[in-house]
Amino acid sequence: MLGPILETLIGGLLTGVLYSLVALGFVLIFKASGVFNFAQGAMVLFAALALARLSEVMPFVLALALSALIMVALAYAIEFLVLRRLVNQEGIILFMATLGITYFLDGFGQSLWGSDIYKIRLGLPQNPIFILESVFPGGLLIDPAELVAAVICAVMVAVLAVFFQVTRVGRALRAVADDHQAAQSVGIPLNHIWLMVWAVSGIVALVAGMIWGAKLGVQFSISLVALKALPVLILGGFTSIPGAVVGGLIIGAGEKLAEVLLAPVLIRWFDLAGGGIENWFAYVLALVFLLVRPQGLFGERIIERI
Amino acid sequence: MRAPAGNTMEAGDLLLAVDNVSLAFGGVRALRDVSFDISKGEIRAIIGPNGAGKTSMLNVVNGFYQPQQGSITFKGATRAKMRPFEAARGGIARTFQNVALFKGMTVLDNIMAGRTLKMHRGFFWQLLRHGPALAEEVEHRRRVEDIIDFLQIPHIRKIPVGKLPYGLQKRVELGRALAMEPDLLLLDEPMAGMNLEEKEDMSRFIVDVNNHYGTTIALIEHDMGVVMDLSDRIVVLDHGIKIADGTPSEVQNDQAVIEAYLGVAH
Repeated sequence: MLGPILETLIGGLLTGVLYSLVALGFVLIFKASGVFNFAQGAMVLFAALALARLSEVMPFVLALALSALIMVALAYAIEFLVLRRLVNQEGIILFMATLGITYFLDGFGQSLWGSDIYKIRLGLPQNPIFILESVFPGGLLIDPAELVAAVICAVMVAVLAVFFQVTRVGRALRAVADDHQAAQSVGIPLNHIWLMVWAVSGIVALVAGMIWGAKLGVQFSISLVALKALPVLILGGFTSIPGAVVGGLIIGAGEKLAEVLLAPVLIRWFDLAGGGIENWFAYVLALVFLLVRPQGLFGERIIERI
Repeated sequence: MRAPAGNTMEAGDLLLAVDNVSLAFGGVRALRDVSFDISKGEIRAIIGPNGAGKTSMLNVVNGFYQPQQGSITFKGATRAKMRPFEAARGGIARTFQNVALFKGMTVLDNIMAGRTLKMHRGFFWQLLRHGPALAEEVEHRRRVEDIIDFLQIPHIRKIPVGKLPYGLQKRVELGRALAMEPDLLLLDEPMAGMNLEEKEDMSRFIVDVNNHYGTTIALIEHDMGVVMDLSDRIVVLDHGIKIADGTPSEVQNDQAVIEAYLGVAH
């Protein structure tokens, strides 16, 4: 029994790293503007579409570089056309703006690159690896593609965590998120900060889109994967990069384990169908967490003097 | 209350000149052809009834608003357009009417944020130098501790500002502006909502800042007693127009000012 559970746990953690990566995109923008960027999922889809179609006509590495450039250009356009005009506005207004960006990107991506299902070929190894064969009968199965993806994500997460936690940029980000006017008045260039976080979020979306696209094919539904980042954020805290990492791992492992452990219970004891646990477990976990610790595991304390 | 030491610079260099500035929001004309200047080392007050355009004037000076007409000369450089962080870079610091602090951050971090521009030249370059940057952080921390002592708030340095009472928040905001070591400090109603004791404290800090650091100060304030005591010169706005400009006693006896404040029978 322990073998399969461990196997599920590892698989869950590997998926969890992907959730962390998507959540990271949200955290960056939330930290820098106090805005929940609804468009993050659309950015993942847009980046994946760009990469898939460009790699059809040029070498993969070149397509990747060009897609990264496109995401930076997109960040610049969003900053210049939308955000710059909304400085000092309420958070809800910026949120509505990201809703608009979401539907524009969803549609515009398809206008540019078509709406079929496209493939991204990363050339990852296909044969499963078995480890610890001496401990467990038959060993533990690990999908090498997932392992590689997890390593890419982990490196990405580590680089970003260092960039934003260890450097003083972190303090500037918090300042901007707290009060636009005040941040400007002490000389923090708001527009540069926004441009930077949107560009980095765009790159993060590209990596996430590349890996999800390689797994599932590039199609509209990968923009919905981004919604899995919501419970991750609630668990980890909207402003915490380590939170996004830990939250992603907990959700990834939690939902896979729940599927394996909870389903038999529901079926045997309550005579239920028992499927689809993976779909709702993360959200229920997040809801419970909201009641107990609304700022998340690593989020900043919510302080409001009334 | 006013110490005489800082006054000797009254005839000093021209620090800031506002020339024929007009600002409109759609059909609302917030400022109409306003001109005045600020000399180095003085305390300059901008007063006027509600809606006179005082805060708009400050917002023009530090780049939040771009005037449709007129120009601003700061430290000898005339500018057409400037963004807020460029104003900060040029040496203009400010506080806000409704306290704009970073509420989730501690008093210390808030004031440290005021040092942003003093940390090396580039903001992004700091990433690359961790060793020297650390020594630098210590140096900035020392300056910030000086300011904290000066404002007599060492006991609250580790407290998130969102938890502090309003009067102390205003003081922290002043501290953050001071951390920028500005040439020109803009204070938007530094005493709004304070009790008498807090007002006296704040007045004392403003005078001390002016005396000890030689900082030029432009302030908006409604408490006339405070304004008359603190200021070297006062400019009076009403409905976006400058109606008077001079020393406290000149302004106090100006017929147009009296009418603007008391209303006039038509």
